Amino acid sequence: MAFEVVKERYMSKVNEVVLGGTAETGGTRGHALKVGGQTTLPYLHFEGEVPNKPIIAMEVTDVEPNWPTPLKEMFKDVYNDPVAWAKKCVDEYKADVIYVVLNGADPDGANKTPEECTATVKSILEAVAVPLIIKGCGDGEKDNEVLGKVAEECAGENLMIGNAEQENYKSIAAACMVHKHTLIALSPLDINICKQLNILVNEMGLPLDRIIIDPMIGGLGYGIEYAYSIMERIRMGALQGDKILSMPMVCTVGYEAWRAKEAYSDGEEFQSWGEQSFRGPLWEAMTAGTLIQAGADILLMRHPQAVKLVQKNISDLMESNKY
Amino acid sequence: MIIIGERINGMFKDIGQAVREMDPKPLQEWAIKQQEAGANYLDINTGPNAEDQVVALKWMVQVVQEVSDLPLCLDCTNFDAIEAGLEICKKPALINSCPADRPKIERVFPMAVKHNAKIIGLTMDAKGIPKNAENRIALAMELVAAADEFGLPMEDLFIDPLILPVNVAQEHAPEVLEAIKQTKLLANPAPKTVLGLSNVSQKAPDRPLINRTFLAMAMACGLDAVIADANDDPLMATAATAEILLNQSVYCDSYVKVFKSK
Repeated sequence: MAFEVVKERYMSKVNEVVLGGTAETGGTRGHALKVGGQTTLPYLHFEGEVPNKPIIAMEVTDVEPNWPTPLKEMFKDVYNDPVAWAKKCVDEYKADVIYVVLNGADPDGANKTPEECTATVKSILEAVAVPLIIKGCGDGEKDNEVLGKVAEECAGENLMIGNAEQENYKSIAAACMVHKHTLIALSPLDINICKQLNILVNEMGLPLDRIIIDPMIGGLGYGIEYAYSIMERIRMGALQGDKILSMPMVCTVGYEAWRAKEAYSDGEEFQSWGEQSFRGPLWEAMTAGTLIQAGADILLMRHPQAVKLVQKNISDLMESNKY
Repeated sequence: MIIIGERINGMFKDIGQAVREMDPKPLQEWAIKQQEAGANYLDINTGPNAEDQVVALKWMVQVVQEVSDLPLCLDCTNFDAIEAGLEICKKPALINSCPADRPKIERVFPMAVKHNAKIIGLTMDAKGIPKNAENRIALAMELVAAADEFGLPMEDLFIDPLILPVNVAQEHAPEVLEAIKQTKLLANPAPKTVLGLSNVSQKAPDRPLINRTFLAMAMACGLDAVIADANDDPLMATAATAEILLNQSVYCDSYVKVFKSK
């Protein structure tokens, strides 16, 4: 009775998506990054290829972040200067990508103009050599203006731009298509809408390998299991030949994890939870580590210690377990 | 659901004539038309009137492959013709077909393994088509055993339980459905199942209605593939819908379109 390793052979694979434009492609990034390309379930190196590791993008906002105090404290010397902040994330914390959230565009907030927002993105592009992910403030109409302008002015940089949603995708998808950027397609924890949105975006002419799925995760303790199972289903679909679900996946880990009071609360009444300084970063790291097992390709994160833990986790997982 | 486009068959007048005159145009037009409609395989049948089956089938494979990269389903009772076709097929082909007769099994299974081809195995032997599901399954089991014996991967064996026209052989339809269900239990991994769907409605009125209704019923029993009219839009929509209702494909509003472009 010899032991035989059971190996699944999948008929298809996850799309390989390139992020960042270098001099060769008309951009200024020091290097491009690839995500996706897997021919197997997460880190089952023994039955397929995992050609690219998941990447970590650290979040930078163009205005002072409305983050919980203990998290904000981690960046107290730079959070009023997105350029210095981005540099710190790359130089000190080894972020693969910078995730720029243009909260300053919010009409109910700083209400910055598309030109001002674009200037911020450009100054970050000059300061760091890594690829960028750009997200708007969440106001559909304003984001269309802002992201359209950013896409146009930064043509060649192959930014990842989000979010396209079912009720608002045309303008941003068109901008990505014309100016050759990659699009994040966001669906509200719904694989059917996820698939339909990818079809709609693709029908506008954006190639399937320039789309990234954002399944809209829940953080640890707050619905992460729904996202987990949807992500597993998306990945199985990709491996079984569903081209419309073959995109790499991005997860807003930092945002969701740091909304949880378990991450940021401190003081008397939370003593039974242990130290916040330990618990908070772990809350984010566990959220990321869990979703990596469901197939996450791009992790949008915040806390340097959480990033460090997940970097270690990723490098362990990328070690071959071939038989 | 694997759709095997049935149209390039010498039994159809235009194809029969094209094969006689060695005119590639009708074959190539149907190849493209079926591919665009969502066919996954193209059935290739010379028809009964071809002078030399070997020459005719080989020529058909050649001209169809000039315009389509779909894998082919070589539909012929002359195994020399099939072998000649297999030798020039660019993609692993499907042999249509081999009954559960020992001499034919011994001819077809090694040939399939040699050419990396798949086989449609018919649940019939020299005695003809069985009346009930039990006897169909007994023959299916012989084909499953043959796959093991000759080293054909089980997923490359397509059992066809042989549907007959509902107007003259009505009692066969439920037996075929039962046979499909039981075929899926014969091995692990299970062999695949296939039907020559259009047979169910031979010489009956409103054939498309009968065809697509039976298709949905058969898919519920575990049907994996069908030789059918890929250009029958309601039929293709039925296949797409049944796939969704069986949770074989993730739902989205454009599911029919997705099915056809797969």
